[in-house]
Amino acid sequence: MANIELRQVEKKFGSLHSVKPLDLTIHDGEFVILLGPSGCGKTTTLRMISGLEAVSGGQILFDGKDVTWNHPSERNIAFVFQFFALYSHLTARENIAFPLQAEGQSREAVRKQVAEVARMLRIEHLLDKRPGGLSGGDQQRVALARALVRRPAAFLMDEPLGALDAEFRETMRAEIKRLHIDQNATTLYVTHDQIEAMAMGDRIVVMSNAEVQQAATPAEVYHTPANIFVARFIGSPGMNLVPAHYADGVVTLDGGSSFNIDDGWRESLGAGLPDDGNVIVGFRPEAARIAAEGSLRGATYASDMHGGYNMLHIEIAPNQIVHVRTSRQVNYAIGDNLRFDLHPKMVRFFHPQTELALQPEPALQKSGVP
Amino acid sequence: MSNVRLEHVTKRFKDYAALCDVSLTINDGEFFVLLGATGAGKTTTLRVIAGLEKQSEGHVYFDDALADSVSPADRDTAFVFQQYSLYPNMSVYDNLAFPLRAPLRRVPELEIKQRVAAAAEKLRITHLLERKTGRLSGGEMQRVSIGRAIIREPRIFLMDEPLSNLDAKLREALRVELKHLQKTQHSTTLFVTHDQIEAMTMADRIAVLDHGRILQIGTPTEIYDTPSTAVVAQLVGTPRINLFNASGAGSSFAVEGSTIQFTGVPRRLPERFTLGVRPENVILTEDGQFNGQIVLTEPLGVETIIHIRSGEQTLLSLVPGAVPFGIDTDIRFDINRERLHFFGADGVRLLN
Repeated sequence: MANIELRQVEKKFGSLHSVKPLDLTIHDGEFVILLGPSGCGKTTTLRMISGLEAVSGGQILFDGKDVTWNHPSERNIAFVFQFFALYSHLTARENIAFPLQAEGQSREAVRKQVAEVARMLRIEHLLDKRPGGLSGGDQQRVALARALVRRPAAFLMDEPLGALDAEFRETMRAEIKRLHIDQNATTLYVTHDQIEAMAMGDRIVVMSNAEVQQAATPAEVYHTPANIFVARFIGSPGMNLVPAHYADGVVTLDGGSSFNIDDGWRESLGAGLPDDGNVIVGFRPEAARIAAEGSLRGATYASDMHGGYNMLHIEIAPNQIVHVRTSRQVNYAIGDNLRFDLHPKMVRFFHPQTELALQPEPALQKSGVP
Repeated sequence: MSNVRLEHVTKRFKDYAALCDVSLTINDGEFFVLLGATGAGKTTTLRVIAGLEKQSEGHVYFDDALADSVSPADRDTAFVFQQYSLYPNMSVYDNLAFPLRAPLRRVPELEIKQRVAAAAEKLRITHLLERKTGRLSGGEMQRVSIGRAIIREPRIFLMDEPLSNLDAKLREALRVELKHLQKTQHSTTLFVTHDQIEAMTMADRIAVLDHGRILQIGTPTEIYDTPSTAVVAQLVGTPRINLFNASGAGSSFAVEGSTIQFTGVPRRLPERFTLGVRPENVILTEDGQFNGQIVLTEPLGVETIIHIRSGEQTLLSLVPGAVPFGIDTDIRFDINRERLHFFGADGVRLLN
């Protein structure tokens, strides 16, 4: 398996960047996710690595060897697309065997490898069926088997679960992750679905507007997002982001509620904010706790049940709604006033103009993960 | 606003039955959701209520008056579709005013102005009123579409997957706004979706449709806590409910191919049945009754999905926050006995 390195790789159409110069290393055996909304440059990045798209600048290295201008077939990678791209007139077995036969392998070697990959993906009973007779999930399993059977240096997957319904997506998500753990194949996986990214990735590269916003572990992008875009994009719903004002250790939210900051933030809030003291406060729905004596207040805007928990939507100022996760026992009617507190270690702060996260003092760096 | 009632409605297209003996009542001021997969009969139900489709059997009532022969226009329903059908060259204001300017309605311009302003404020689109709709984002367009429906003050809103074309973040935001609007306006709403989260979070009551038949009608809590069949149980909740073949005798039973056994269950169970356990009711604890091995973890930030192998079975557990365990760790777990679901061989929930 391979180590993939991008050095200042970019893609331009005229003067417009679809990918701005990007540095990224995908380590041998790592599962890296390119995550972002449509048009952010994630698929273009993947296609440049595959060689399907030429770079406008920069270098791509596989195991230290420059492959920037190599033909896709010389890069020893396997591609899995959203649409299965199976041959409809061939059986599942023939589809999986196809890349091996193309390499001129012996009949016996092909038979063995197809059997092995079919066992791994639990599709042995489907091998004699044609794609038309298979469900979407099974077709994607066959497509995966065809990619896996070649034992390539790396897998590039472009929204492989995007066309499946919710039920299959959940199952396949776990299967692909488990497969990766067993095979330890270097994998670059493109998706716009943050849940998929969180669940599967060793590392997530969050992209927006043709550039990387943050490249970090799922826990890091969730608890310590680098900027407002990442804070909002990760999580369902995303992080609550509330305009506020800071002075002398006290944060006052739009709407008038205020709370004292954790001491570890004093220095960075004191130095890192604009002179007017404006700041964006960020907190996840589970970082708030309904409490009769809570220091923050608002009125119930809506409340809904998600099966295992309730989500309260609280209007803390006109048109400023925050989401608070509660147990199913907590119920409020629309318009009810209530109070809540924030878990001090789970509050984040962002600069209102640069939209970048402020960093707490080192003692707090490890916090945020309850 | 009104209540709408379907009694034994069947709709056949040639020899295909899109709806089979559907009976339901949408109460005045209720947010009623039809939940089902593609082809379940959701849209056909909407069209029968609107009068765009005539049922083959059964009756439709509006406010307890038979409406079978009432024309679509006189039923006075308002549709909101997945695809926003706005006039791209008209301003938002004119799009909103359009239904009121219909020749039959003859609403004076002054009143139109007031009603447009009121609808725009409710939907937070006041700042967009002068804009051409062709230049709006998807979320803004869907707000305008909803605005155009509410401005008419119809007897019932019929919403056909109105949020499905929006991206995840917008869908979340509009879900909450739409629910708030419905609750504060007390508008009778029939909302169709294939998305169980939309159904669970927005509905007062849900009707689960499958192949033209109603499997269950109930509040989100009832559907989630006491699903009428194994199919309904699987349809709501993420990750999905764990279902196992189980067998037993008297008050004891075991999950086949695993170490999971229960004794002293205060109910009479058949010899063989399906056991359902929601992932949040599989609890990792050091002194747990059962043992297993972690085969996979999926950290979602707020919670983590843990795949546990126990014998030949794999079950999912959903735990808050992050977990310190790696793959292949041996763990112990408990299953919340108060929250077990039992389904018979036919998939129907077993009662005590």
